Amino acid sequence: MSENKTILELQGVHKSYGNIHALRDINLKVNEGEVLCLLGDNGAGKSTLIKILAGVHTPTKGQIFLDGKPKSFNRPKEAQELGIATVHQFGGTFPLMSIGRSFFAGVEPTIGWGPFRFFDRKTANRIAVESVQNFGITRIDDGDRKVGGLSGGERQSLAIARAVYFGARVLILDEPTAALGVKQSAHVLRIVNEAKKRGLAVIFITHQVMHALAVGDHFAVLIRGSVAADFKKGEKTREEITDLMAGGEDMSALEANIHA
Amino acid sequence: MNSKSTNKSNFFKITIENIKRPEISALFAFIVVFIIFSIFGWDKNFVSLMGASTWINYAASVGLIAFPVGFLMIAGELDISVGAVLPASAMTLGILSGYYELPTWLGLILTLGMAFLVGLINGLIVTRTQVPSLIVTLATLFAVGGLTLTLAILFTDSTLVAYYAPDWAKYLFGTVYYGGFRSIVFWWLALTLIFFLFLHKSPWGNWVFATGGDLESARNAGIPTARLKIALFILCSVCTALAGICQVIQFNSAQSATNFALIFNTIISVVVGGVLLTGGFGTLIGIFFGTLTLAIVQQGINFTNIDRNLSNLIIGIMLLFAVFVNGSFQSLTSKVITSDGDDKDEKS
Repeated sequence: MSENKTILELQGVHKSYGNIHALRDINLKVNEGEVLCLLGDNGAGKSTLIKILAGVHTPTKGQIFLDGKPKSFNRPKEAQELGIATVHQFGGTFPLMSIGRSFFAGVEPTIGWGPFRFFDRKTANRIAVESVQNFGITRIDDGDRKVGGLSGGERQSLAIARAVYFGARVLILDEPTAALGVKQSAHVLRIVNEAKKRGLAVIFITHQVMHALAVGDHFAVLIRGSVAADFKKGEKTREEITDLMAGGEDMSALEANIHA
Repeated sequence: MNSKSTNKSNFFKITIENIKRPEISALFAFIVVFIIFSIFGWDKNFVSLMGASTWINYAASVGLIAFPVGFLMIAGELDISVGAVLPASAMTLGILSGYYELPTWLGLILTLGMAFLVGLINGLIVTRTQVPSLIVTLATLFAVGGLTLTLAILFTDSTLVAYYAPDWAKYLFGTVYYGGFRSIVFWWLALTLIFFLFLHKSPWGNWVFATGGDLESARNAGIPTARLKIALFILCSVCTALAGICQVIQFNSAQSATNFALIFNTIISVVVGGVLLTGGFGTLIGIFFGTLTLAIVQQGINFTNIDRNLSNLIIGIMLLFAVFVNGSFQSLTSKVITSDGDDKDEKS
């Protein structure tokens, strides 16, 4: 696994807002065909880290390397153009738009010329449906249907398929399973696996340890803005990870406290 | 058995999606209202060319502004400053080309430029601050309204100004064709076509829906949401100015009082036309029929023996009905998002 090429690397990334240090000295690596699970409690700095990777914020200190070359992106668009796509929980899709239109929002295919360039509905619908079906979601077969009519798992899958279609090499998934039921989460996890098989580097942000263990190759636990642990698949048990996420405290001690 | 029940619910969902097309319910409202007024207005020639021109003229003067107001609503914003931009542009043209006798073309350009500026200010404030557009445009409504009155008194010593436009301008903006149809009707019909292509066929239309559907996602998808909104605010003011120009040239006079009724009429047309108040959804044909429906109720009442005051009651009921229909559409889509249908099937 370690012979896979590193796509994205963070070295000594630090982010502070005035006196508040949101992230301190973050060193992370994600290789192609690998899933990096970013675990952490609320407020651990996960969102700040995503925003830095997505180009929403720039780090105060430190460097981001893409394919071994130092890069800095100042706007989300720059990160996207370099192949870094972020999929938020229900983001990236529009409930009241058709599947085809939602898929191509912002990058509409057109037919015609000059001022008479019109949205190419047929092409949009065909590509959108094909892309999701390639990920194994065969229930989506009509691009004219409204996105709002899909289940949460299907919407998430649509968003991931969209990112992959538009050339994502690094896929950042922000809590994709947080609001989903068991079966729909399985749906999404299968798609994460599929993306990994296609050689994408996936950064999977979650606080559900079970979901992380199901797909992750590499794990990093964030606590109060620092990487508290960085380990490979099989190196730690579920209990150990849960304890780590709870801020290094013993979860069983916490539980004992609750029941006391 | 499992697959059977999912198929059934799928079929149910799809059918509802098709039935609840907003333009269909707006067309339905239009037909119902038309039939009712045809019956009650038969004796006073509601169903005649003259009768039709009355409400179609009215529809055109509201509809010209309702379209861009609808675009803004779909994009998640509101513009109520139109109530002041209409008299402001009428007065601008009246004072410049009427009172000061500047060439008409120059007056027209300056009037449209003034409207452009108001739209730009609206758009910039809304996109640069977090203040809701209702409040921003409420502020500009009063600011522009007050400025219009003050400047009118300052320059002409009157709140009314007369303006007799040259023939070419009359033909373009203020003549009557085919026994009663004003020039503005043709502007409205032409814009119906252009705006239809814009909203439903062009890529920009997709941006409008996406921006109103989910601003954050639209921005992430690379849509220039702020510039789009600014452009829509400008479009709204400029279309309002066009209606104002038509008004002055048609009636040879401009008046400076803020037109508060226009605000409500445009919003009613848009909502009856099936646009969601929360944004992200609506159709141009829906707004078209919404405007016609409003126009029939407002103007058709004069062709009947029904008390004029009742027209407001009818409009109120119509509006509530439209909001219920739109709301049920919206809840349908949002309900399906969060429900975990697959899991339930498994349990049963």
